[in-house]
Amino acid sequence: MKAAVIRFPGSNCDQDCFFALNRVFGLATDYVWHKDTALAGYDLVVLPGGFSYGDYLRCGAIARFSPIMKAVREYADAGGLLIGICNGFQILAESRLLPGALVRNRSLHFICEHRFLRVEAVDNPFLNRAVTGQVLNIPIAHGEGNYTADEATLDELDRNRQVLLRYSDALGCVSDASNPNGSARNIAGICNAARNVFGLMPHPERACGASLGSADGNIIFRSILNSLGVSAAA
Amino acid sequence: MNFHLSLPPDPEITPALIAKHGITPEEYERIRGILGRDPNFTELGIFSVMWSEHCSYKNSKPELKKFPTTGPGVLVKAGEENAGVIDIGDGWAVAFKMESHNHPSAIEPFQGAATGVGGIIRDIFTMGARPVFNLNSLRFGKITGEGGGVKNNRRLFAGVVAGIAHYGNCIGIPTIGGEVYFDESYEGNPLVNVFCLGVLKHEQIARGAAKGIGNPVFYVGAETGRDGLAGAAFASRELTEESKQDRPAVQVGDPFKEKLLLEACLELLASDAVAGIQDMGAAGLTCSTCETASRGGTGVEIDLEKVPKREPGMTPYEIMLSESQERMLIIVKKGFEQAVVDIFEKWDLPYAEVGVVRDDGMMRVTAGHVMVAEIPARQLADEAPIYHREAKAKPAAQPLASIPSTDLREALPRLLADPSIASKQWVYRQYDHMVRAGTTVLPGSDAAVFIVREADKILAATSDCNAIYCALDPREGARVAVAEAARNLACSGAVPLAVTDNLNFGNPHKPDNFWQLRECVEGLAEGCRAFDVPVTGGNVSLYNESPAAAVDPTPTVGMVGLIFDAKHITTSAFKTAGDAVLLLGDLGNEMGGSHYLKVLHNRKEGIPPRINFVKEHGLHESLRAMIGLGLVKSAHDCSEGGLAVALAESCICGTETLGAAIDFGATDMQPEVLFFNESQSRVVISVAEANVATVLALLKERETPARRLGTVTVGGPEAELVFKAGSADFRWPVADLRKAWYDSIPTSMAE
Repeated sequence: MKAAVIRFPGSNCDQDCFFALNRVFGLATDYVWHKDTALAGYDLVVLPGGFSYGDYLRCGAIARFSPIMKAVREYADAGGLLIGICNGFQILAESRLLPGALVRNRSLHFICEHRFLRVEAVDNPFLNRAVTGQVLNIPIAHGEGNYTADEATLDELDRNRQVLLRYSDALGCVSDASNPNGSARNIAGICNAARNVFGLMPHPERACGASLGSADGNIIFRSILNSLGVSAAA
Repeated sequence: MNFHLSLPPDPEITPALIAKHGITPEEYERIRGILGRDPNFTELGIFSVMWSEHCSYKNSKPELKKFPTTGPGVLVKAGEENAGVIDIGDGWAVAFKMESHNHPSAIEPFQGAATGVGGIIRDIFTMGARPVFNLNSLRFGKITGEGGGVKNNRRLFAGVVAGIAHYGNCIGIPTIGGEVYFDESYEGNPLVNVFCLGVLKHEQIARGAAKGIGNPVFYVGAETGRDGLAGAAFASRELTEESKQDRPAVQVGDPFKEKLLLEACLELLASDAVAGIQDMGAAGLTCSTCETASRGGTGVEIDLEKVPKREPGMTPYEIMLSESQERMLIIVKKGFEQAVVDIFEKWDLPYAEVGVVRDDGMMRVTAGHVMVAEIPARQLADEAPIYHREAKAKPAAQPLASIPSTDLREALPRLLADPSIASKQWVYRQYDHMVRAGTTVLPGSDAAVFIVREADKILAATSDCNAIYCALDPREGARVAVAEAARNLACSGAVPLAVTDNLNFGNPHKPDNFWQLRECVEGLAEGCRAFDVPVTGGNVSLYNESPAAAVDPTPTVGMVGLIFDAKHITTSAFKTAGDAVLLLGDLGNEMGGSHYLKVLHNRKEGIPPRINFVKEHGLHESLRAMIGLGLVKSAHDCSEGGLAVALAESCICGTETLGAAIDFGATDMQPEVLFFNESQSRVVISVAEANVATVLALLKERETPARRLGTVTVGGPEAELVFKAGSADFRWPVADLRKAWYDSIPTSMAE
């Protein structure tokens, strides 16, 4: 079992993801440079958060043209597990590996804080250790996390149960008051139709222990290990 | 491709041109003496930036020598390099420093603050350390009420916060704490002091010296442009109405480029190819070449034709004085040039071999085959004139005749809503304060606490300065600043390691300003000796004057400490209803310089609280001992707003609010004084009811004054904070207090 963390120029959560996978969960993990072109032998690929290429165009818009992205697409098309966190989610959306787009927060401010998330579906490799309706406490940190898609796409996401996480309050109530950034239908994370590609704005790698204020991010890593047939260390 | 420079004929060196460069006739004679001839135009520019206060500390150096700078843990001393380095055990060390970007932020708040962050981060990774967190200490004019000044202050505040967020968030270094104050004295001249800390192994310490005759000199990072021309000189003048025209002296930051530069430099430093490294900050290429040569006892020769340039036609003067950001100078060991090429190609960063280390002590600058500057490096870098400025004491603050009374029920929420005391969530929510997954105490507690996973160490850090005290009594105010910083660390469970300071004062040519500087430096030095913490470096920012007057003297103290066990990490919020509330220290009675007087009566007067270091140090030792025994559930120091504000904050600053029932017992103290005095050496703690007797007995044994004040009560919508003093009884719904405290800054900023 081996995981890859892709490093784009400007990635800044790459070391945090590596630490969570390798040090917390004991998974063999490699960094893969964005100029590389192959992704052979990996069971999990992570697109970490950060500001790829400075996000000077739209977030993720330049990273999608990185040499490694061809291999990432082929890997995902072959059914490999792919997770994009924050900027990684933005890259997945720009690459059309996930539908929709992430635009400026409605407050126009960058927002960094712990948020409650309601688990919407568990029949996927990323949340199979959670229960539907469970509330997770995981931080967000983004300026452009406002998920947007046309109504037809949003309906289809709902119909296919591709929305995996929604912003909620501590009791799991989803409302405008529990929406930090203006995301359509309070969407915090979605998967593709084949359910092997997951994009989310919250940072599970920042919620891997009580010392960080929450260990709820572990449930996502444990679910991934579970679906890969590995018993989790942490 | 690279652009060619242009070599226009030099303008004639006239007295007017010399004066325009801020060089006095005496300094000009000194330059002539060093060169043995008149300087040319480029050389005049080089001297003007290197001999500015910002680079040479010519007005403050004799004062800075008063700081204690040595200690068993000091690996790199203050002033030796870009930042001091302190041992934290197990082969690990920290490099940290604070620096100001006040003037640029006054003119262009977003870029001014952003490039301040970029500069301090470079200072840290230049040392070979990986930057792991930032703090900042910010001061603005008032943001509440009406008037054009208020609007402008809000614009500056919003711009500075956005600029810090822009740079820190993008580069991926968490901004985990600091302080923000609002006071009329900063109107038009905000203070933006930024702090960065990095970690490294002892053997990774990098030096900014040009060692090894014949070693090649590389320029790496962003191309040189015309931005930030002579910024160091600009920072060493007073701000005036015309300062807006100095906007070209403000640099433009590119945090993405700095992220690449940071990674590339750390990769190169790990490769054994580097003989010396120095960032290009203030005074850019000029400062980095002459300082590396001076430190190395060598000479450096560079060719400006080879310097990567952003545009054609720049003159040698412009290239040497540019403060374009995200650039470094690296002295590479001969034979290792390919390592630079490989690593900087990998990171898609510009690089160029621009020169060579020589043995003759000269800083020699050519443009192709034309010599454009030739100056003895050591004399340029280290022999700026030193001035012993005239100091004249301000009249001593007078004791308060009486304490004006107020509607006490209203006074507490009004103090909590004062932007200097109010929640800073509006600020730190905009900063990514969790990247690097180590922030274990979130912003808003007494000190920020961060777990450095590389080293498996827990660090606590705080920045403190009550400038009202310093305005009323600079020496005592500075002593209190050190004590408060150490107290904040103690409340978090940490032992102080070392201090960095940022001295923000007015024009030193005015004797009363210089007196304030000297008093504050001596006060800081006394404080640092009392807590046995060396000063590892810092920054001096003078000429902080707006058209109205000088800022209040503001010697910001950044203090870093170590927490030995995760179990010792302590925060300021009450934890559980039923816990006992204890006061360590006395009830106090000093109202001079208090926020009560300032916020409720618009008076900045009286004699500020005195500090007794022996008492204060004993308090910290006792508190840490209790924490070590696992007896302390929360600890919060009493500072602005006194005991009442400290108790209210412990109720409202946690994720869930709690109430408290406090009984001061029979007292003949005026309630205003009892609630809001700011006497020092006091901490509010909460402990489990079952441990009260043990704690009080232990404190008695240690001769730390302590008393039980009351009990933490239930939270929820019905929660109340109750103060009983004799027959008087005051009650506040905790929800109202929290709202006053929490909504204050967002409400002001939405207006």
